[in-house]
Amino acid sequence: MKISSFLIAAALVVMSVVGTSNALAEDLTLCWASWDPANALVEMSKDFETQTGNKMHFEFVPWPNFADRMLNELNSGGHLCDLMIGDSQWIGGAAENGQYIKLNDFFKANNISMDDFLPATVVGYAEWPKNTPNYWALPAYADVVGWTYRKDWFGRPELKKEFKAKYGYDLGVPANLEQLKDIAQFFQGRVIDGKKVYGAAIYTERGSEGITMGVTNALYNYGFKYQNPKKPYDLDGFVNSPGAVKGLEYYKALYDTGAPPGSSDWYMSEDIDAYKSGQVAMQMNFAFIWPGVNADPNVGGDHSGYFANPPGPAGQFAQLGGQGISVVANSAHKDAALAYIKWFAQPKIQARWTEMGGASAMRSVVEAPDFPDKKPYNKAFLKSMSIVKDFWAEPSYASLLLAMQARVHNYVIAGQGTAKEALDGLVKDWTEIFEDEGKL
Amino acid sequence: MANNAIDRIARSTPSGFAKRVRGLSDRTIAWIFVGPSILLLLAINIFPLIWTIRLSFTNFRVNRMNAPIKFIGLRNYERILSDPDIWQTMQATAHFLLWTIFFQVLIGFTLAYLINKKFKGNDLWTTIIVLPMMLSPAVVGNFWTFLYQPQIGLFNYVVGFFSGADPSSFSMIGSVHLAPWAIVIVDTWMWTPFVMLICLAGLRSIPDSIYEAAEIDRASKWRQFWTLTVPMVLPFLMLAVLFRGIENFKMFDLVVQLTGGGPGSITTLTSIDLKREAFEKWRTGYASAYAVILFVTVFGLASIYVKALNKVKER
Repeated sequence: MKISSFLIAAALVVMSVVGTSNALAEDLTLCWASWDPANALVEMSKDFETQTGNKMHFEFVPWPNFADRMLNELNSGGHLCDLMIGDSQWIGGAAENGQYIKLNDFFKANNISMDDFLPATVVGYAEWPKNTPNYWALPAYADVVGWTYRKDWFGRPELKKEFKAKYGYDLGVPANLEQLKDIAQFFQGRVIDGKKVYGAAIYTERGSEGITMGVTNALYNYGFKYQNPKKPYDLDGFVNSPGAVKGLEYYKALYDTGAPPGSSDWYMSEDIDAYKSGQVAMQMNFAFIWPGVNADPNVGGDHSGYFANPPGPAGQFAQLGGQGISVVANSAHKDAALAYIKWFAQPKIQARWTEMGGASAMRSVVEAPDFPDKKPYNKAFLKSMSIVKDFWAEPSYASLLLAMQARVHNYVIAGQGTAKEALDGLVKDWTEIFEDEGKL
Repeated sequence: MANNAIDRIARSTPSGFAKRVRGLSDRTIAWIFVGPSILLLLAINIFPLIWTIRLSFTNFRVNRMNAPIKFIGLRNYERILSDPDIWQTMQATAHFLLWTIFFQVLIGFTLAYLINKKFKGNDLWTTIIVLPMMLSPAVVGNFWTFLYQPQIGLFNYVVGFFSGADPSSFSMIGSVHLAPWAIVIVDTWMWTPFVMLICLAGLRSIPDSIYEAAEIDRASKWRQFWTLTVPMVLPFLMLAVLFRGIENFKMFDLVVQLTGGGPGSITTLTSIDLKREAFEKWRTGYASAYAVILFVTVFGLASIYVKALNKVKER
């Protein structure tokens, strides 16, 4: 009898201890896009689970539906996500609508300094309003649009000779956007190894953000500006400046004369497919694809090279991609979510993040002396990250984006109207949106 | 004593309650039965409709719940009806609607007429023909994008084979002129079997004796077709047109998958545009007004059509 009482008491003590530790451990859900870096994050997060006892769950959505699904979640006040790795453009809306929690105090209390991250990523992924020290995210994945090219094709003596004879300069990494167009046209319809190939796979997608993420790489470099630098939301003469018009005409010419036929609705995955299947000599794409290209058995290794978006008459810029990690205001596990960010912000975790297929924005990682030579694409990545510009991150970014998608696609792909008309129309659309927002 | 389920329930009903129920009129009992359905209908159909109409007069945005909601009268309606882009989507929808219905009725009726003839393998052919409508629209949209690929697509290859044109010289979903037809072709491919099945039901409902009487009266096959077959199948055909019309007016998934509304906005149908306004731009008030306009349009057209259908049936 005594023994059984003792056993019961012992069992109760054990159960209460186990119960206590379970009550401390929390289930956290991290929401992001479904792609290779997300799988790397799942692997890495096991370390966080071991350290804290918290259990990580993941909600990954394919890119074409990512914004729809996650913005629905945020806007409907859902409780699915505790942590959100959201697009850079969401930051304004999420901050103003109280969907992310502000991280300034947390950063200060935990000695996390934004000076430790690449400045462009801090502005792009963390700050709202831009260029003010108000932080709503920790830079999580540094990304930018750049170019991949078939180094093996570019190195063929007969092609080099023919190219030089035709254009008067050597076939190689283009020194500017005009040269990039020349190269695309040179390869367009050419037969290589018995197969018809084309110039460049570029972004043309209509439904989400594709063509905007592509065309901006030409627009910025020809003189397009989102607004008057001295007067916010003053658009006329900046969005539709003569340089911007030339930039838009350039992108159309590149599409008409250097892109594969039928590539009227292409974005990241279509460009990758075209490149990996040997259809194109160059592809425009976010840098996240570079590790995959480098490892590809057909086009990887020495077959491919990488370069930053070439300059145009108004300078050299590239479209920023990437995301920051935020704590969702509706989360019931904010402390545990903040603990995850604290864990993720450690330099050793950031270094491991890059090694496993992520892309850290931490300066100690990307500015390490051996970083540029570690991978064949690292130099292009660093150059690209130093020239980034981002799309509007206003709360009304979706309306601004959809207007640009429609106007640009209408001109570049559908061939309707002129570049000037398209950009004038964009000024009209954006002005209306800002008027609705009460900003004009 | 009978011992079925109803008797058992009757016996187990408390006497007080049984007395109360016994006093109910047929009308009350009828209301008790239909009440839950009516409540459900009010909750999931009528209330949202009234709420949508109310929101259509405001500047409400569902992603800014904390912002004050302003009553703006008819401003949303004015903006929609004076927006040339919306008229373009209406035009694109009308093009899609009219041509898909035309081809589906023409081909569907022809197939039904042929299938209705007794021949060997009749059932097998019927099964093969109805296969496309069993597929998911998203899947259909996805694989037709491959069929339309200029370099590797079967569609371009077949057109090139018969016309002698270079398959990569044209892009069905990338050309302003071809894209509206590309979506018509896919929808016709997918939904013609549905029209065929309805027509087949109509054809099989015509008694053989009517044709035998016509034969005795020496009516030619041509005359039998126009004076017997067509009028007797017409109510079925009109029903098929009604179903397809309503379905295609709200077409979304197939076209999004195929063209994303492009090139430009050439294949942006009203449902795609409405979705963008409501769930991408989050202009809830504006989108509500847009939805009300579309609802009134469909409801008005459908009412006129149903009246016509009833008249045809009465003939």
